[in-house]
Amino acid sequence: MKKNNEISPHIISLTVENRFGVLARISGLFSARGYNIDSLCVAETHDPTISKITLVVKGDKKILEQIYKQLNKLIDVIKVQDLTGTDFIERELALIKVNTATFTERQEVMQLVNIFRAKIVDVGKKSLTIELVGSGSKIQAMLELLKSFGIKELIRTGKIAISREFGKTKKGG
Amino acid sequence: MKGAEIFVEALKREGVEVIFGYPGGAVLPLCDVLYDSGIKFILTRHEQGAAHAADGYARSSGKVGVCLATSGPGATNLVTGIATAYMDSVPVVAITGQVATHLIGNDAFQEVDITGITRPITKYNYLIKNVNDITRIVKEAFYIAKTGRPGPVLIDFPVNIQREEAEFNYPEKIEIRSYKPTVEGHPLQIKKAWDLIKNSKKPLIIAGGGVIISGACKELKKFVEKTGIPITFTLMGLGSLDVEHPLSLGMLGMHGTKYANYAVVEADLIISVGCRFDDRVTGKIENFAPEAKIIHIDIDPSAISKNVEVDVPIVGDAKKILARLIEKAEKLDIENWRKKIDEWKKKYPLKYEKNELKPQYIIEKISELTKGEAIICTEVGQNQMWTAQFYKFKKPRTLITSGGLGTMGYGFPASIGAQVANPDKIVIDIAGDGSIQMNIQELATAVYNKIPVKIIILNNGYLGMVRQWQQLFYRRRYAFTSLIDAQPDFVKLAESFGAYGYRVSTTEEFDKIIKKVLKEKEKPVIVDCRIEPEENVFPMVPAGASLDQMLDGIA
Repeated sequence: MKKNNEISPHIISLTVENRFGVLARISGLFSARGYNIDSLCVAETHDPTISKITLVVKGDKKILEQIYKQLNKLIDVIKVQDLTGTDFIERELALIKVNTATFTERQEVMQLVNIFRAKIVDVGKKSLTIELVGSGSKIQAMLELLKSFGIKELIRTGKIAISREFGKTKKGG
Repeated sequence: MKGAEIFVEALKREGVEVIFGYPGGAVLPLCDVLYDSGIKFILTRHEQGAAHAADGYARSSGKVGVCLATSGPGATNLVTGIATAYMDSVPVVAITGQVATHLIGNDAFQEVDITGITRPITKYNYLIKNVNDITRIVKEAFYIAKTGRPGPVLIDFPVNIQREEAEFNYPEKIEIRSYKPTVEGHPLQIKKAWDLIKNSKKPLIIAGGGVIISGACKELKKFVEKTGIPITFTLMGLGSLDVEHPLSLGMLGMHGTKYANYAVVEADLIISVGCRFDDRVTGKIENFAPEAKIIHIDIDPSAISKNVEVDVPIVGDAKKILARLIEKAEKLDIENWRKKIDEWKKKYPLKYEKNELKPQYIIEKISELTKGEAIICTEVGQNQMWTAQFYKFKKPRTLITSGGLGTMGYGFPASIGAQVANPDKIVIDIAGDGSIQMNIQELATAVYNKIPVKIIILNNGYLGMVRQWQQLFYRRRYAFTSLIDAQPDFVKLAESFGAYGYRVSTTEEFDKIIKKVLKEKEKPVIVDCRIEPEENVFPMVPAGASLDQMLDGIA
């Protein structure tokens, strides 16, 4: 059993109207209550009137309950789903520019890229840029391994997530 | 038709009869159409006055109030009024002019991002970007403002679109896929609630503003009388049932009655109807109703378990849910509990010393003369709390007060709106000498429109409630709360606007004047009542204390 005051990250998937001001309403909801957003991804769906937002937020049970309710209360929000605790697929994309000063270093990095099924998307004289897609933990693992080479620049998209068709579901809020 | 004409026609379709507003460059086309539209336009002397008047109109009538201002400063002057309406769930549609669309974002003259500014204080807001969207937006705005948990909606209307041509097509139906308020309470939750009620020994109902908003007062009375459960009210809930009903405990909370607060502390079941457990109601949250299970009826799911942990939440409309509960209801065997409460009522009545002209006396007298049936508006502070304690409210929509935001300067413009909505009723603003000066300019509005609002100034020469806190908690250091040294002559002030003004400083004088004042039907009246300067509002639960730790007077 989870304790009520345990703070854990949650992945929330929002279906919203694709209109101007919607993102401001959602982010405003968080800032007005002093809640932090860990990551946020937003893009139009196959239906151009609808956007999907994937949010990662941390909070205890009470805060999360308020977050669901407040999100549901927003007029532009069509659906709120907390994917945490359900079967879902999460992906994140990272672009990592890593130092490769020597030939050996370059070899080692390329090996890691193979193991992680990542891609090299740019080659410089003293650096390689890697494109990596995967779960947050996969990206974290690769970053750990690349640390010793020296990461020059890193950019991550934040998580996107989708529920599995045949999995256990749990409705948020 | 031009955009402005389409807009005004849409307002008519929504049944708008009155607009409170102030013109300006960005609403010129709109004002030009309104000029001979048949919709009454009441020109206030400040946009804040317009927003509060629309709010007072809405609260006293149950209809949507409408206010209008130009872009920039006109729009920002509405902000306090909109926030006031938002906090108390009042259906108001605020219309603002905006600079032409090609200038938006250019820091144009009198441009302000009013949809951005009002996002956290409106239920929803719109910026009209296309002339063909006008009718849909107006229809949606009124629908959103008055359904579910009501609230203010703002429509920002760029001046060039007011001039653009289009066809008038009014949508028959509204389809907002993401907005479907829950109205019917869940039957299983209602059953669970009744099981708790049935087995309770010390139940207590807390009625909030939601009862009045949903029009559930008849159902509330029936439920109370059928079960015999005692009832207490939040500030916003006053008027949902006759406060002198044998089962009524009056108001609870910071300045509530002792017996209501004792009852909360001892209750084994709280049935909250349309109340959101504001901190002024609960006192120290950890000690709120420590013995009680809580049933919470509210139309807004986000109000549930926000402040207090709830055992049985029922989301939906209070009227419908109470009707379901009445079907199940039967007389409870709680004679001992009622006896105990009656003893408290005898032992700890609201009281004050009756020597000089006391504010409590003034309110009691007005209550007696108007039989508790006048529309009473208040400002914020001591005047508000004395009114809540000593006016015997009987009917819904007769107390018009800024509960959530606590806006000084609200009462007088709100009383103008209330009188416009209720031309045949007596409308009184109970004011302080501080608050009344915040929107005193609206005397001109009232005089010009023959709005015979009665303004009773409880003049103690102080910002009384703040002074009271300074007296009790800041060693009588009256920092910035004395107004006596530079106070206007309220009688002359009233006269200079063309209103009537009286001054009284004894109970005899007051008794004589007030009868005459209540009969006035043409002009606004100010009665400047010189009351005991250091009179306090008691009982009082200090901030952060629990409800049974009430102060009773100065030791």
